Amino acid sequence: MNARSTIWQAVCRVDDIAPLGARRIAREQGLGVAVFRGAGDRVFALLDRCPHKGGPLSQGIVFGDSVACPLHNWTLSLVDGQAKAPDVGCAVSFACKVEGDTVYLDADELAHKALDVTAPVAGPRAKSTC
Amino acid sequence: MKKMKLVVVGNGMAGMRAVEELLKIAPDLYDITVFGAEPHPNYNRILLSPVLAGEQTIDQIILNPLSWYAQHGITLHAGRKVTAIDRIQRVVVADDGTSAAYDRLLMATGSNPFVLPVPGRDLDGVIAYRDIADTHAMIDAAARHRHAVVIGGGLLGLEAANGLKLRGMDVTVVHIMPWLMERQLDAEASHLLQRSLEQRGLKFLIGAQTAELLGDAAGRVRAVRFKDGREIAAELVVMAAGIRPNTELAERTGLLCNRGIVVSDTMQTITDPRIYAVGECAAHRGIAYGLVAPLFEQGKVCATQLAQFGIGRYAGSQTSTKLKVTGIDLFSAGDFMGGDGTEEIVLSDPIGGVYKKLVIRDDKLVGACLYGDTVDGSWYFKLLREARPIGELRDRLMFGESNIGDVGHEGHNRAAAMADADEVCGCNGVSKGAICKAIKSKGLFTLEEVRKHTKASASCGSCTGLVEQLLMFTAGGDYSKAPAKKAMCGCTDCSHQEAREAIREEHLLTIDSVYQRLAWRTPNGCSSCRPAINYYLISTWPKEARDDPQSRFINERSHANIQKDGTYSVVPRMWGGETSADELRRIADVVDKYRIPTVKVTGGQRIDLLGVKKEDLVHVWRDIGMPSGHAYAKALRTVKTCVGSEWCRFGTQDSTQMGKDLERALWRMYAPHKVKLAVSGCPRNCAEAGIKDVGVIGVDSGWELYIAGNGGIKTEVAQFFVKVKTAAEVLEYSGAFLQLYREEGWYLERTVHYVGRVGIEHVKKKVLEDAANRKALWERLQFALDGEPDPWFEHAKAQVDLRQFAPLAPAVTA
Repeated sequence: MNARSTIWQAVCRVDDIAPLGARRIAREQGLGVAVFRGAGDRVFALLDRCPHKGGPLSQGIVFGDSVACPLHNWTLSLVDGQAKAPDVGCAVSFACKVEGDTVYLDADELAHKALDVTAPVAGPRAKSTC
Repeated sequence: MKKMKLVVVGNGMAGMRAVEELLKIAPDLYDITVFGAEPHPNYNRILLSPVLAGEQTIDQIILNPLSWYAQHGITLHAGRKVTAIDRIQRVVVADDGTSAAYDRLLMATGSNPFVLPVPGRDLDGVIAYRDIADTHAMIDAAARHRHAVVIGGGLLGLEAANGLKLRGMDVTVVHIMPWLMERQLDAEASHLLQRSLEQRGLKFLIGAQTAELLGDAAGRVRAVRFKDGREIAAELVVMAAGIRPNTELAERTGLLCNRGIVVSDTMQTITDPRIYAVGECAAHRGIAYGLVAPLFEQGKVCATQLAQFGIGRYAGSQTSTKLKVTGIDLFSAGDFMGGDGTEEIVLSDPIGGVYKKLVIRDDKLVGACLYGDTVDGSWYFKLLREARPIGELRDRLMFGESNIGDVGHEGHNRAAAMADADEVCGCNGVSKGAICKAIKSKGLFTLEEVRKHTKASASCGSCTGLVEQLLMFTAGGDYSKAPAKKAMCGCTDCSHQEAREAIREEHLLTIDSVYQRLAWRTPNGCSSCRPAINYYLISTWPKEARDDPQSRFINERSHANIQKDGTYSVVPRMWGGETSADELRRIADVVDKYRIPTVKVTGGQRIDLLGVKKEDLVHVWRDIGMPSGHAYAKALRTVKTCVGSEWCRFGTQDSTQMGKDLERALWRMYAPHKVKLAVSGCPRNCAEAGIKDVGVIGVDSGWELYIAGNGGIKTEVAQFFVKVKTAAEVLEYSGAFLQLYREEGWYLERTVHYVGRVGIEHVKKKVLEDAANRKALWERLQFALDGEPDPWFEHAKAQVDLRQFAPLAPAVTA
C-alpha cells in the first residue's frame, strides 16, 4: 500500500484558521484532527488529543512551532508532536500540506489513522463507566 | 559565515554555567574550546564535602559528562593548564603546547586555597582542600593515618574536619580567630556550633597560632607546633584558611587585578573588552564571590553579552551561607553582626540548641544568623534581598514564615523533618523523596529546574518555600535562589515590572512592539508571556491597545470554562446572587434541551452548568439570556451578598443592593487574576467578606472595607482598609483600589500577593490619603469599562471568533 501515491484531501483554507490559532476537523470516525496555523503561516496537523490527559490541543495557545495544551500546559511540538522536555510523550501527527491557500491532509490518514484512541470522559458518565 | 571562536579558561562551575547559558540563547554563535587544569569533566565543587564524608560519590557530583561537551561540539582540553595568553595575536597556550585562537575569551580560573607561609608547608601529608585530587588524598590519608589537623575553622575547614572524623580520624581544628566561622556567625551561634561539633568528637584549638609543621625522617608531616610551644600529632594537615582568586595568569597577561580580575557590570574585564571573567577569579565592584549563586547570576549576564544581546547587567549579589554538615542547621546572610544604627531581635535557647538573631536597620531586615532551626532561612533571605519594609511583620518576624501564613499547608513547613514519602506538592502529587532524588541525580540548582523536572511547586506555588528548603538541604547551602528580579519566562530576561513600565513609559500598543523593544528571544512569545503582555497592554491603554484573542487562554477565547474532557461549563451572571423564577425556568429548559449532565450551585451564589459541548455554547448563552458571569476569566467574578436589612432581623445595611450596585459597576473588568467581592449587611458577615479581594461589611454608621483576602490555596484574612459612610463611597474606594491593582499588579498575581508585594501602606497612600488620585483611579476604571461588550451577546465587539464553535467537516472522498 506504500506504493500508492498519497491522496490529498482539502480540509479548509489557510484563512479559515486564525493566525497563531487552530481549527478542529471532525472525522467520520475517531477523534478530530487539530490543524494549526503557526508563525509564518506554517500549517501543521495533530490528533486533537494531548498525550498527557487527553486535552483538546486545538484549544491551546499556539506560539512558534508549538502549542500549549489547555488542560495542564504541556508544550508539544507542532512539527512532530513531541512533548517539550522534561515532559515525555508524543501526540499523533498527521501529514499536512498547503497549496495555494488550501490546506490538505492525507485522505488515508484522515480516514484510518489513530481510530482506536478515545476521548477522556468526565461527569456522571465517567463514574458509571468504571 | 564562519563562527566566532570562544575560548574558556577554566572548566569549573562558573565557566561552564556561562557556557550553558550561552548555548541556551545562542547555540550556533561560537566554536567553543574549554581548557581545564583538572583531568575531569565539570563537577559540583560544593558537593566535595559530602563526598569526603562518604555520603556521595564523585560520579554523583559530575555536572556535565564528557558526552555533553561532544554533543554541543565543545572542544575540551581537560588536564591542560593554560600558561600564556597572547592578547595581540589572540591565542592561548597550554602547558603541553596546545594552543587555541579566540575572538572572545572567558576567564574562569576560580581560586586557590591560601596556604599558610609556615615552615614545613611542603611536607607530604600537607594539603589544601579544593578539588577532587585533594579529596582523594584526604580519603586516602584517613584510611592509613590516625591524626588530622585542619587549619582554619571556617565553612570549608569544618566540613573537611567533619568528613575526616566520619572517616575515623582523630581531628583537631585550629582556628586563629576568637570563634569559629566568624565571617558567617556571631559569637553566640558559633559557641553552639562548637559545642555540637565537640559532641561529635571534634577537638578545637581556638586562638592558636600555627608556627611550624614538623616532619618525620621520610618527609611526611608528623606534628604541628604552635607559637606558644605546644605540639600536637598530625599525619595529615589540611589547610583551609581561606581562598584567594586565581589571578596569576590574568596578571601575567596584563589584565588589571585587584582582589580578582577587575570586571564591569557586563562581566568584561576593564582592561580588554574581548576578555570576560566570571566566578571566584572575578572582582566585581571590589568583591570576589566565593559562593555559587552569584557565579550563576554572573554566568547569565556574561552569556547575554557573549550572545551580543548587550542587555544583561550584573549588579552584585547578596549571599547567604549554610554549613553542609549533616545534622547541623546553620544559616547566615547579610550583616548578621549588627552594630551602630541597627536593632536586633534575638531568640536564644542554649539548652535546646536554638539561636536566632535578626538584624534590622531602617525598618528593613539587613542580616540574619540562625542556628539549630533554619527552616525560615530562605524566607529571611528573601526579605533581605527584596529590602522590603518589615514594619507590619515585625512582631511576628522571629516566629517565621509559617506564622505569617506565607508557606501554605500548615504543619508541613519543616522540610528536614519530613519523611521521604511525605507529599510536598499537593497539586502534582510530588513527594519529598522524588524531589530530593531529582535534585541529586539531575544536578538541579534552581527552583525553576526543580519545577520543570518534578512539577513540584509548578502549579499553585504554595509549596515553593518548602521546595526551596529541600534545595538548600539537598543541593547545598548556596544553591542558586531564584533572583529577586525574576524573568517573566524563558523568552526574556525582562521581569513583569520592567515589561509593565516599558509599556507605560513608551506607550507601546502591540505585543510585537513590546517583544521588539524588550529584545524577546522568541518571535511570538509563549503561552506564559503572551497572555501577560496582552493584559498589560489592554489594562494600560484601554480603548487604544487592541485585545488579541489568540494571546488569551482558551477560557477567555471561548468565554466558558474548559473541563477535563474538553467540554465547557457555563455560569450566567446573577447580580448579587439574586435570581428569579423566570431565569431559573430558562436555565432548566436549557439543561433539558442541550442535555447538560451536571447542574451545580457555586460558592459564589450562582449556577454552574457543566459538560456543555463547545458547539452548543453560543446557543446556550442565547437561550439562557443572562449576561456572562465571567466565571472563566481573569476578571470580576461574583459579588456575594447576604440578604441584608431588606429581610434580615439583624441587618443594618442593604447589602444585597450594595452588592448588585458593585457588580454592575465592575463587571466586564479584566484584571491580573480573578477578582471576587462580597458584601455583608452586618458584622455577622454571612457573605464571608473576610476572605475576598474586596470585602464590604455594613455597620450601623456606614460600611467597612477590607482588601486582599483570599479563600484559595492559602486562606488569607482580608486587611481592614477604610470605613466610609455612603454607598457611593464604597463604589469609589473599591473601584480605586481595584484599578490600582489592575495598573500595578503582575499577571496572575492575586490581590493578596500584590498587596503583600507593594505593602498596604502604598495602597493606602494612593487610595486613601490622596483624594485626587483616588478619584482619578476610579475615573480611569470607569473609562476602561465604559462600553465594554458582553462577550456572550456582542460577539463582534468582543472579538469572539465564532468559527471556533463549529468543527470543520471536510467532504468525504472516495
